Amino acid sequence: MHEFLTESLSGVLGGYLYPFILEGMLLTVQLAVFSLFIALVLGFLGATAKLSSNKIARLVAGVYTTLIRGVPDIVLMFIIFFGGQLLVNVIGDKLGLEYIEISEFTAGVTTIGFIFGAYMSETFRGAILAVPRGEIEAGYAYGMTSLQVFRRITFPACVRHAIPGFGNNWLVLAKTTALVSVIGLEDMVFRATQAGGSLRQPFTFYFVVAILYLVITAVSDGGLRRLEKRYSAGVRRA
Amino acid sequence: MDFEAIVTNLPLYFEGLVTTVHLVVLSLVLGILLAVPVGLLASSKSVAANFLPKVYIYFFRGTPLIVQMYIIYYGAGQFEPLRESIFWPIFKEAYSCALIAFALNSAAYTAEILRGAIIATPYGEIEAARASGMSKWLVMRRIVLPSSFRRALPAYGNEVIFMLHGSALAGVITIIDLFGAARIVNSRHFVPFESFITAGVFYLILTFAIIWIFKRVEFRWHAHLRQRSS
Repeated sequence: MHEFLTESLSGVLGGYLYPFILEGMLLTVQLAVFSLFIALVLGFLGATAKLSSNKIARLVAGVYTTLIRGVPDIVLMFIIFFGGQLLVNVIGDKLGLEYIEISEFTAGVTTIGFIFGAYMSETFRGAILAVPRGEIEAGYAYGMTSLQVFRRITFPACVRHAIPGFGNNWLVLAKTTALVSVIGLEDMVFRATQAGGSLRQPFTFYFVVAILYLVITAVSDGGLRRLEKRYSAGVRRA
Repeated sequence: MDFEAIVTNLPLYFEGLVTTVHLVVLSLVLGILLAVPVGLLASSKSVAANFLPKVYIYFFRGTPLIVQMYIIYYGAGQFEPLRESIFWPIFKEAYSCALIAFALNSAAYTAEILRGAIIATPYGEIEAARASGMSKWLVMRRIVLPSSFRRALPAYGNEVIFMLHGSALAGVITIIDLFGAARIVNSRHFVPFESFITAGVFYLILTFAIIWIFKRVEFRWHAHLRQRSS
């Protein structure tokens, strides 16, 4: 595979496409997948908090989703990237620890995960609310504990409702990773800037990167459609 | 936290605020002007008419705004004929490049919203208009477009907020909008937390203002959907 790639792509775009740009693409995908994982965890916690009977939990989750969705991603990224480092320094000083440096990758993943956790919270909240109340009540009537009800009834039933929103969030998230190039992470946008600069072909390289994003989108679309089909088993479409 | 540097630089933030609002309003207006014909063509059943609009929408919705902006701002210089043409002053300036990128991006999202709304027009309304003897264009102007605009309103509100947030990217290519102002304050005084949080607060206020405006407009435009008070 590696040999095949090296041989067939060696001359493309002055030799910059492989490995230079495609390695950047790998970083983009890694960043997106790691962020997605954090976003799913935060989204699940946020949705649970929003639906809980605890007033403080509802308030915290409400503030989290409102603040995140009201401020541009890039501003949040700078707050977390620069500010987060300062915060870690202050805490580290107080605890007498050695200097801890937050890498760009960690900052990028944390920020994007944190941002999309807010969007996922809203998606999951809507999906959980879409599960018919009677099904949940029936579960309790059988004597299941609330954890059992969640695992056996609410969760499997709400996945179907969550997939369209989840898919949208994922597609937006994948594009948002492009912002990390501004804080110096070598994703494919960053590398397109370098390659485009040295060959004096910025248009060509940014355009190629745009096409690569379309590839990510198209592949995700296919995967999401399959996922939707799988979880809609037993539901009839008109 | 030290907000002294912020207070002394408030005028810079307000200058940035004006630029941000300016940029967003202009992009949205240009975006709508382009989105109406594109949305109409994209909703057409004829492949010859809907092919190019659909490709345009797919490209701009499927790629990051920052890449689109880079293609226009940094990419334009690659073409010798363009550099020698009368259009070069437009592509040389960061502001006009950001504006072009934002307008094209917003037009794609808005056209897709419109396309969905046009397709969802109840067919009975169109039949009724035809039966009353209206021509194709008259039906478009009197029935399809007004009711589609109504249906598109909530989704368009989200697009406006999305554009406001996207406009912060202007600060990346040296424009002094709200984010650009925060970057300058940070580099002068090294107060990353304070400078970017201040910009964030400004954006938050603008977001709430947009939500409030759309609530008001929806209240009027969707008056027929309101529950009647007895």
